Amino acid sequence: MSGLAFTTPLLLLGLILLPILWWLLRAVPPAPIRRRFPGIVLLLGLRDDESQTATTPWWLLALRMLAVAAAIVGFAGPILNPRQAGEGQGPLLVVMDASWASARDWPQRIERVEGLLRDAARAGRTAAVLPLTDPLPDAIEWQGAEAWVERLPSIRPRPWAPDYAGLADLDVGGATIVWLSDGLDRPGRDALDATVIEGLRPVLGLTPATYEDGIVSLPALRSPAAGPVAVPVRALGPGPNGGIVELARAEAAFPDGAGEATVEFDLPSELRNRIARFEVDGTRSAGAVALADDSLARREVALLTVARGEGEDLLDPLFYLRRALAPSADVIEGDLDTILPANPDVLVLADVARLSPAEADRVEDWVAEGGLLLRFAGPRLAGSDAGRAAEDPLLPVRLRDGGRSVGGALSWGEPKTLRPFDEDSPFAGLPVPEDVTVTSHVVAQPDPTLATRAIAALADGTPLVTRKALGQGQVVLFHVTANAEWSNLPLSGLFVRMLERLAIATRPARPDADALDGTVWTPRVVLDGFGVERDAGDRAGVAGEVLADATPGPDLPPGLYDGPAQSLAVNVLAADDALAPAAYPPGTDVQPMALQEETDLTPYLLTLALLLVSADVLATLWLGGRLRGGAVAVLALALSVAQPPAAHAQEEPPAIPSEVALAYVVTGDARTDEVSLAGLRGLSEILTARTSVEPDPPRGVDLEADELAFFPMLYWPVVEDQPLPSADAYAKLNAYLRGGGMIVFDTRDADIGGFGSSSPASRRLRDIAAPLDIPPLEPLPADHVLTRSFYLLQDFPGRYASRDLWVEASPDVDVVEGMPFRNLNDGVTPVLIGANDWAAAWALDEGGQPLLPLGGGFAGERQREIAFRFGVNLVMHVLSGNYKSDQVHVPALLDRLGN
Amino acid sequence: MNEALHTPASLRARAEGAAASLPPLLLQAERLAATVLMGEHGRKRAGPGDAFWQYRAALPGDARRSIDWRQSARSDGQFVRETEWQAAQTLMLWVDDAASMRFAAADRPSKLRRAQTLALALAVLAVRAGERTALANLAEPPRSGRAQLIRMADALMDGGDAPDYGAPRPRVMPMGARAVFLSDFLGDPAPLTDAMGAAADRGVGGVLVQILDPEEEAFPYDGRTIFESMSGAIRFETLKAATLRNDYLTRLRDRRALLRDLCARTGWRFVAHHTDASAASALLTLHAALGPVR
Repeated sequence: MSGLAFTTPLLLLGLILLPILWWLLRAVPPAPIRRRFPGIVLLLGLRDDESQTATTPWWLLALRMLAVAAAIVGFAGPILNPRQAGEGQGPLLVVMDASWASARDWPQRIERVEGLLRDAARAGRTAAVLPLTDPLPDAIEWQGAEAWVERLPSIRPRPWAPDYAGLADLDVGGATIVWLSDGLDRPGRDALDATVIEGLRPVLGLTPATYEDGIVSLPALRSPAAGPVAVPVRALGPGPNGGIVELARAEAAFPDGAGEATVEFDLPSELRNRIARFEVDGTRSAGAVALADDSLARREVALLTVARGEGEDLLDPLFYLRRALAPSADVIEGDLDTILPANPDVLVLADVARLSPAEADRVEDWVAEGGLLLRFAGPRLAGSDAGRAAEDPLLPVRLRDGGRSVGGALSWGEPKTLRPFDEDSPFAGLPVPEDVTVTSHVVAQPDPTLATRAIAALADGTPLVTRKALGQGQVVLFHVTANAEWSNLPLSGLFVRMLERLAIATRPARPDADALDGTVWTPRVVLDGFGVERDAGDRAGVAGEVLADATPGPDLPPGLYDGPAQSLAVNVLAADDALAPAAYPPGTDVQPMALQEETDLTPYLLTLALLLVSADVLATLWLGGRLRGGAVAVLALALSVAQPPAAHAQEEPPAIPSEVALAYVVTGDARTDEVSLAGLRGLSEILTARTSVEPDPPRGVDLEADELAFFPMLYWPVVEDQPLPSADAYAKLNAYLRGGGMIVFDTRDADIGGFGSSSPASRRLRDIAAPLDIPPLEPLPADHVLTRSFYLLQDFPGRYASRDLWVEASPDVDVVEGMPFRNLNDGVTPVLIGANDWAAAWALDEGGQPLLPLGGGFAGERQREIAFRFGVNLVMHVLSGNYKSDQVHVPALLDRLGN
Repeated sequence: MNEALHTPASLRARAEGAAASLPPLLLQAERLAATVLMGEHGRKRAGPGDAFWQYRAALPGDARRSIDWRQSARSDGQFVRETEWQAAQTLMLWVDDAASMRFAAADRPSKLRRAQTLALALAVLAVRAGERTALANLAEPPRSGRAQLIRMADALMDGGDAPDYGAPRPRVMPMGARAVFLSDFLGDPAPLTDAMGAAADRGVGGVLVQILDPEEEAFPYDGRTIFESMSGAIRFETLKAATLRNDYLTRLRDRRALLRDLCARTGWRFVAHHTDASAASALLTLHAALGPVR
């Protein structure tokens, strides 16, 4: 498709003239006259003051030839990448790999398909579009190409691979087939005899993350494996304020020719636990997203250590806990003062009987806020009176005095085994090993709640594990020790799985097919083809067997699936996937995705010709020794004619005003800037007419370049797509604010939302204002000096009449009875934030007439008048400070002077 | 008859014609004593000569034979008959016959022809006045008489191959003679300076007549031109001859100033003549310059 074409190729015959021209131009100057002249002796030694070479230099000749050639070619109308008229006959079938790998350049694909369809429509051909990620229809739905253009927007990329099965059997009806490939190798690429259109951008993918030795690593894939490149990968998760923020960033450095690179994140557990997804930065594709499920999360378990003697490791109540938890949880140890501020998920008290009342309160508060307190019994608990007389808040049940020993040397009976877990127990389904025995335990005081609180029991029905809810958290008590003193439960695998079930330890790996068998997983979040997370809504649950396979498809969209006590991520790419560039059958016509724009080269060539002619003029003058200022000026004039005149030659006022001048921040949005200028011009005229302030013409201020110190006030209309000022500009703005300047921020959207609402402009304002040195703000109080600095006002309308206007918070001064105003005597507010689009209301055209309509009839005029009055008050406030506020003291001053 | 150049016969005829309208040229002799040969110029004082001047009373010391006895016999005293002091002037003529003088533009006479005409006219005038005349570049002594005119005319016509520019190398330059040099004086001025210096040393005064073609004065050329000297020995190429005009005219003026300066230093006079002007006016000027002045 690429190439060069001419609208009038016959003109190129003019190029034949070039040799003739060459000969003509090469002709030497006229032959000299031979003249006998006696006065020749007087001539000897004289020099021609304009030397002229006998022959034109070859380079000058070449320049002229080039100029003529450029003109000829230019007039022939060259067009780069001409779009060829619709080709082919019969119906057009567009087959699309509408997969996740197509999402990265989906708009181009749709645009390309649309181009194909429109061409087909022009040729009156029927067409059909077949996204292969959707189930194949029984018969192709042929429609007018125009109708398919209408339907294109409904075709979306899917987050799974296309299915080529059955494609070869499809009855295409002799159609011309165009296959928009996603560029990945899959079996069945040769199912159709098609022209392939392929994107040029590499396909990037992320496979599920794994966690090992404190490092989260996830392999990144790419296709094709070209030169070395570093791809940024982001880890996203909820930030402190609940929004999804970037938690970490790393680079996948693909070596030259390698299709796989491993990204590693070394994160503190606090951050790691929050990771919700990984994504390749800047790539919109479900394949470039790896959702993180519970396998990454590690719970933070705090063990309260109690000072003990040395050399008792195996007897340490925490020893087995540490061993059980270390692989699957982050364990922190210390005293309460150390571990509670870390806000652990689980607090383990192993044989700790009593906490001081203050400590107990703190632990109770912590549990009530969602903590899990796990207690183990032991000699100390058995020997204490905790939970004896009344229920201890930090114990799930009341305990009997002492404990019970069975099967010991001094007791009768056999050591007790465990009873199988009840259905409603969190441990339900865990196999109970026969060899787990309990020789001693503390005994719960029977009471009505005991049955509901016991979640595991001995074979004789004695509660072994009890649990109660406390606030949002829970308290769990193992009635045995955490070491092997009272029971060999901590030595068994059951102990670890019980901890898992209590969500104290997480499962290190994905459940296998057996474990998934018979379970139902409900999707919580699903990805679309672009990698955007969508709420799964009321999607049906997925059987565990399907999940075990974990190949995403229409019945298993990638996403997060919640199952029993665990969530599982289904990602587009599995851990062992690889990406390979597609191999098409030999002889396939593969075209690039980007349809190069048709470029008319005529203006460029003609400009080139003109420039060459100008250069020729210069060169000729130089050769003739007549290159002077005048010639250059003429040439410059010619060049200025050749170029389009500057868009808007505006008369700019000088950068530094000689008088007070109003200024607005140039936003880059031409319309906004125009209105700002007109608005400040209108306000300046009103000020000149009504007050002693006679400002210079207003001007726009470029925050990056201009000095701000000369302007008492900056009007800053906030545009949502306004670029953020640079760090230098912020430094300048802060210096300006500290130096007594005032910025009026105007989000200009009071019609769609008041201040604080989340309109695009106010969001932008938040971004813009974040680095600014702005004091606390408050809504404009009714006694603010702005209400009376010139006019007495209570409304501050612009184009909108919202009363949301924020100024610097005044110090907390009590209202004095009988005084209309508080005794406020501080400086000018450094910022004023509103949304009323004042500039639009102030805007006057050159003739002094309102530029923009405002309201209707008299009410509108009244509103404009009030807007002007507000503007006057604003400027007066800026220029005279709180002078009006000082008037409050006048009675007192007069009183003192008079007496 | 060739208008540009003379034949011996036409030269004489034209010279006679030009000279006919003028009174006999009486060259004023400033230093009569320096001349030995008697001429027809009365010196307005007693001296050797043929013409009666005055009778005076014989004084002691006068030779007896100088007493005019016939006059003395008429009275008591003795008288001496004194004659007027007479001396013949010599006019030396030099006509530049170099190639450059043969330049003629349009249908004007060549500079050489004009120079020859003027020279011979002067010679005719001198001979009529009884002066002696000769061509300075010939070894022959100045003589008077019509035969000398014929010889001079023959000698003037005796041209052959000539260099581009001539220089006066007078062979005979009698003390106190008068000289007229006719040339375009475009050549090297050094020989001329030498010649004039030598002439001045010998008490020779005279006139420099610069004869130019109007084209040489105006330089009406333009365009790419290759200028050649008359013999073709010197070439000069220019692309825009017009632009050289000012420089050329300046140099011409400088040359003329040089000549005038030379004349001023040696007591000569300088006359510029163009071939488009009439020869008679030039002859008149020369006559005035050489004739009795003061």
